[in-house]
This record gives sequence, C-alpha cells and structure tokens, in this order.
Amino acid sequence: MEPSIESLVERVQAARAARTPLCIRAGGTKDFYGGPLRGDALDPRGHEGIVDYEPSELVVTVRSGTPLAALQSALDARGQMLAFEPPHFGAGATVGGCVASGLAGPRRATAGALRDFVLGAHLLDGRGQVLKFGGTVMKNVAGYDVARLLAGSLGTLGVILQVSLKVLPKPAVEATLQLEADEAGALERMNAWGGQPLAISATCWQCGTKPGLLSVRLSGSQASVDSARRQIGGSELAAPLAERLWSGLREQTDPYFTDAPASPAPSTPGPLWRLSVPSTAPPLALAGAQLIEWGGALRWLRTAEPAVALRTRAQALGGHATRFRAGEGRDDVFTPLAAPLAAIHQRLKRQFDPDRVFNRGRLFPEPDAH
Amino acid sequence: MTQATAADHALGHAPDGVGPIDPARQRLVHQALKRCLPDDALLVHAEDTRPYECDGLTMFHQLPMLVALPRSEPQVIEILRICRDLAVPVVPRGAGTSLSGGALPHCGGVLLSMARFDRIVSLDPRARIAVVQPGVRNQLISERAARHGLFYAPDPSSQIACSIGGNVAENSGGVHCLKYGLTLHNVMRVRAVLSDGSVVQFGSEALDSPGLDLLPLVVGSEGMLAVVTEVSVRLLPRPALARCILASFDRVEAAADAVARLIGAGIIPAGLEMMDGAAVAMVEPFAKAGYDTQAAAILLCESDGTAPEVEDEVARMESVLRAAGATRLNVSRDEDERLRFWAGRKNAFPAAGRVSPDYYCMDGTIPRRRLGDVLTAIAQMQLKYGLRCPNVFHAGDGNLHPLILYDANDPDSCVRAEAFGTEILELCVQVGGTVTGEHGVGVEKLNTMCQQFDPGTLQAFFGVRRAFDDAQILNPGKAIPTLARCAEFGRMHVHRGNLPHPDLPRF
Repeated sequence: MEPSIESLVERVQAARAARTPLCIRAGGTKDFYGGPLRGDALDPRGHEGIVDYEPSELVVTVRSGTPLAALQSALDARGQMLAFEPPHFGAGATVGGCVASGLAGPRRATAGALRDFVLGAHLLDGRGQVLKFGGTVMKNVAGYDVARLLAGSLGTLGVILQVSLKVLPKPAVEATLQLEADEAGALERMNAWGGQPLAISATCWQCGTKPGLLSVRLSGSQASVDSARRQIGGSELAAPLAERLWSGLREQTDPYFTDAPASPAPSTPGPLWRLSVPSTAPPLALAGAQLIEWGGALRWLRTAEPAVALRTRAQALGGHATRFRAGEGRDDVFTPLAAPLAAIHQRLKRQFDPDRVFNRGRLFPEPDAH
Repeated sequence: MTQATAADHALGHAPDGVGPIDPARQRLVHQALKRCLPDDALLVHAEDTRPYECDGLTMFHQLPMLVALPRSEPQVIEILRICRDLAVPVVPRGAGTSLSGGALPHCGGVLLSMARFDRIVSLDPRARIAVVQPGVRNQLISERAARHGLFYAPDPSSQIACSIGGNVAENSGGVHCLKYGLTLHNVMRVRAVLSDGSVVQFGSEALDSPGLDLLPLVVGSEGMLAVVTEVSVRLLPRPALARCILASFDRVEAAADAVARLIGAGIIPAGLEMMDGAAVAMVEPFAKAGYDTQAAAILLCESDGTAPEVEDEVARMESVLRAAGATRLNVSRDEDERLRFWAGRKNAFPAAGRVSPDYYCMDGTIPRRRLGDVLTAIAQMQLKYGLRCPNVFHAGDGNLHPLILYDANDPDSCVRAEAFGTEILELCVQVGGTVTGEHGVGVEKLNTMCQQFDPGTLQAFFGVRRAFDDAQILNPGKAIPTLARCAEFGRMHVHRGNLPHPDLPRF
C-alpha cells in the first residue's frame, strides 16, 4: 500500500476505534456548500499525482489530492479538457473535492454532469478498507456503478482516493453571442435551441439591464460555430470579455454573485439559492434577483424569501431548491428526501461507513440512533 | 433436458434457481397472486410459461414457477408485497433479449413480465423528454420523436425488439455511445417499486436531485434493486446529415492505430466500429454491404451534424485514415449507401448464426491501446480450443465482441466454447478492462466477476443490494457472485486448461 494511503487508513481506523468523527477536507474551497463541518479534519492532499493519462484513450486516472488546476493544465497541454467544466471556488481546489461536490459549470446542460464522466474510483470506506469500483474504460457494466454514486456524495461514504475520468478534446473554435431578451423570451429561445442541432455549449440570462441579456456560447468546429452563429444572430462578445463572463459564472465571481443586486430587486440581497428545475419551467415569479443558466434548468436566486416558499415552488415545478451558500452550521441546505429514498440513504451510509466516521450530516440528515 | 445444459458443467455448477418446480408451492403462490391479478395476467402451465424459459442467452433455460403480466403500478406493488411475504424470488423481464441470462427464470420464483407496460405516456418536444413505460421498445421512441426532429440516442443492435426497462436494467449501449453516451447518460428519471412495495423516483426532469445520485446504481442494476415502472428519457436533436467512411487495412494493428490517431486528432466520431477479416468474410456474403473481403480489418467511421460540419469532419477523418495506412476508403454518397455500410456490422450476429450452428457472443472492454495484443491472443486461443472466433469491435469505446462459433449439440464443443470465452474475459481484466461492456453479468459472467473484483468490493455490492432490497427477492443469484461461489471457482480455475485426464467428464 502506498504510504500516502496508509496514513489515511490509520487515521480512519483510529477515528473509528475512538468513535470520533472525521471531516474530509483538502483546500476547503467548498466549505460553504452543504451541511455543517463536523469532526477532525482529514486532509487527503498528501495523496496526489496523475497515475495514468493516455490522451488517445480519452481517460485520465488521478489521485484525489491532486490540485484541480494541475490536472486541468496537464489535459490542456494535450488539447483535452474536463467537459463538465468544474468550478474551483478558490485556488486550493482538489480533484477529490471536485468529484465529491459533484458540481459542474456552464457546459453542464450540453456536455453532461460530472458523474457522467466518472469511470472508476478507489474509495477508503469507514471500515478502513480500500474498495475499487468501475475501471478505466468507457463501457463497463460489471457490478453496481458505485464510482458514479460517489460524485456529489460530499464525502459521506468515504474518502475518494483516486478517480478515472473520461476527458474530451477541447473545441477548435468558441464564440459568444448576446441578445436582448426578457425572462420568458429567453426561456423560450433556450428551449427552442435545445431541440435543434446547434453547437451551443452554454447559455445564461441576466436581468441587469431591462429587458435582460441572453448570452450564448458556441463551441465546436469552425463550420458548426459559423452555422450556429448565423442561426442565432445577436452581437458577438470579444473573446477576453467572453472568457471573463463564463469563468465568472463558473467561479461565481460575476457581479451577480458578489454585488448587492440592483433593481428590479429593491430589497436586501438575501442568501444565494440554487433552484434546479426542468428547463421548460415557467418564470419563477419569486421575489429576488435572478440569473439563469443551463438552458433554463438552473435558476439562481438571491432572495430573502423563506426556505419553505422556495422549496414548495421548486418542487411544484418538478425540481428542488438548495441554500447554496449556506453560512456555517446550517442543516437545512438541501431539500428533504421522500421517506423511501431517505431510508436507502441511511442503509447505504451504514454499508459504507457503519460507525459514521465521515462527514456526518453534510449531505443528508443522519439521526443519532441507527 | 429441461433444466441444465452442457454449459452448466463448464461453469462448475448450475446458476441459482435452476431445478424442478414444487407443485404445492406453485399452487400457494398462484392462489395468493390471484387476489391482485386477473386470470389473463397469470401463467402457470408449462405450455404457457415455456416461452419465458430463457432470454437471449439460450445456453441456460429454466421454466418459471409462475409468470405474472401486470398492467399497472398498483399491481406491481401487490405482486412484490405478496412475494416478499412468501419469500418468493421475483425475476423482472422486458423483451427477453438479454445476452447474459439476466432474465433467466427461477424455479421457485415469479417471472415478472413488464411487456404490458407498453405506452409512451408523453413526448414533449419543447422539453425534449419522452416519458415511457418500461415495456416500450427502444426503437419506437426514436420513431415517435422523428416528427419533431428528435431521437433517442442509445441504439443497441436489438433495438427493434428490446425494451427501455431492459435497457435501464443493463445500461445498454450501441454503436453511437462514444459521442452520445450509454443509457445512463440519456435517462433523466426512473420511477420504480422497491421490494417492500414503496414507490420511489430516482433522478428527475431537472438536471440533478437532492441527496446521493442513486440513478447510476439503478441503471445497470440488472433488475436487482427495484422494478422500473416509468422512465423519462432525454431526446436529442436529430443531426441533419450523417455520412460513413468505410476504410480497409491490411493489418489489424494498423486499424487499431488509426482509431488512436482519430481520437488523438480531437475527433469524436458519431460511430467507430471495427471488424476483423474473419468477421468481414462471414458477413459480406450474407449482408452484401460492399466490404473489402481482402482486408485484414475494416473500420466504419461516421460523422454527423450539419452539412458543412460533416463535410469538414469527413475530410479530416479521411486524411487521418490515409496517414494511418488505409488501403481503401469509401465515403457513403447517400443515405442508402450509409445504411448499407452499417447493415453489414448490424448483421454480424445473424451472419454468425448462418455460418455456424451456434455462436457465443462475448462482451469484454479493453483499453484500446491493447487491441493488437488481445486479438493476437484470441487468434492463438482459436487453435487451442479448436473453434473459430471472428471479432467485431466498438472501437471507439474499446468494447470487443468476439463471436465464438460452436455447436450446442456437441457437449465437448460447448465446454470448449465456454472455456474459450472465460479465457478471453480473463484477458480483458488482465489488460485493465472489464468482463462486460454492455451486455451485463447476468448468470453468464458470475465467475469472471470473481477475477475482476476483490472480496471487499463484492461485499460492498451486496451491501448496496440490501440497501434497496433487504429481503433480497429481486433477481437473486444474478450479477454479483457470492464469495462462496468465487472460492469454488478459484479452486477450479487453478487447474483449468491443465486438467489431468482431460477425457474424463468434469463437474
């Protein structure tokens, strides 16, 4: 066993024996996301490095403590990328935190979720065992797909030690177009475009100035970007501004996320909510300042509305609402689960982490008795 | 021979649930199920249940104790509650096209046919989502979506017959997965009944859901976690145009190298298939696809998109293929010709059935860079086992389908075919691949699973199963081998190929 794994195993076994919980945490860039941090910190950053990368296989295998930026520059050097465009939310982001948070960026709606690109994973479970799920090939239906279950698990099932990810070639050409549109008009257009073979890789609507601004990023070959550009119209944003726009959305450094909202929201900003709904859901008709991504399927809302109102509205539309930047210590971040699903969660937790060593209550409530 | 076949012997022992039916037990369960199902939804007599005795893996067959054909979700709930109370195994079945025995009945169990769940509930072109019942045929979705310029991407070669419920159970692929993904990537929501009768929704028509993402566990779970009653699938815009390049190579290695070069050049073809010379020779007289029968290997390389995109991409593909040493290149001139190019590949399995009494289709995935080594090793195994084995290959995603030609009426041929297949799968694991890319484990690959996964991981799989089905009544004995079975197989395995007294019957 590699020494960097051995030291993690020892920590887990000691914590298990002493019944003290652990909080898996590397760069701490996503501390704000999810339920409260409980327990002693377990830092997997000693376990780092790219294990295998063969560009022609479209697969990279990497240890979880590897800085996300290091992985991305290795891929970039070979003309490839993580197609789900993960947010870093800070300089210290690691591959493990990226997979455990399961978050994807602007390309999500067209390229797929983070979990769609997970091919295999090694997990250090709550018994101190190293389990190996999936593999390094694109098609693999042997055994339950636990590697993909780990995407977005927020460390509740164990320490992700290593992952194999599918990678894709970077597009040859990108262009960003902008059109004026109000909320309903933007939703209508984004959904209509979704049904046509257009090289769209990201969309965003903001209401900063009336009636609102719809931005569309095109990615692909010169021919496909040219034909989409003709069909969509609007004005083209210069490349540096386009880069700032999309990275600002991905990293939430865009003024929408950092500034107090201007009109039409006269009230105080309130916390940031993330409403994930079907792309065709109508305008939310909730108070607050809104930003729409993912072809209409992701609606950010800075609002002082009570959680119950937001959750009721999101659920009625077929989605859910997350208190995205919760602030310390909140345990009502995520929409509560239906009873049979909650029961499956408890049983999976018991399977992988019977003594509840890891990240208690970070993703779902964990009653003390079990 | 009603139950076991010669192949069971090569496996060491028959799969779980193969054996005689207990008539008293059959009466008891029949009486109980009559309470929730009309007469036409229950089959008990052998002449009625015979059509269900096997799926696409015909090596194994077993009459089910009963067949239930529910029409509604409340009926499924009742069936599961009754079976759970009586500890009766339940084997869900779609169209029965599984190639791994996933729907092999259990002698003491109910075969739950979802064939009557055959409605497309809704198809929303604006949302690009179709809501379908699990018995709906794969191809029907694309047919219905076509009028809106949309299609459902996963296209397993059985797509005319196979059902969406079965596709969800197996995480089926097809020839377009490299660009468009597997079933998992194209399913948004699965509604299902757990073995305790509770109804759950995995995923949603939004792009994510709170909590753990359980959809990847359910998709590909081979009917062992829940019974699917409704599926929301994602529809994609139909490309305006598709063209296919047919390329010949005088060495298999050159064809494999061409695949690596295409990907290395940043091209993701809509389809990328390879056939070796033996497969071409088998298929061409039957399908008349225009394949080069002199080639050691051919590649089918497809581009789709708008007309200018396709023109641009085909030109790039042609230049990469030429540089990689293609000896002949044909680009489809029209849709008829494109479909003819594909007809050869899509008819590889029926063609195998024409040239041999039986064929055994393997389904390993390997890292593409090991293709040359693996094909060379398979060529040597042909001599070792005295059986021919043409190869077709989803080259883009490394999924290899060797077709072992044998004769099921000759017990020795069966045993050799089984051992040949096992050795191929072991090789796939050794080179860093997997024993099943898209057909599932079923009963067929239980033993080779022991080689791919260590005991801790296998135990974790059982834990996952219990998290969904604590009574373990859904499709027991499939997909995940018990540690006891692995221990037994390990003992056999040490000696395999090296048995003393090879003339003596074994097991």
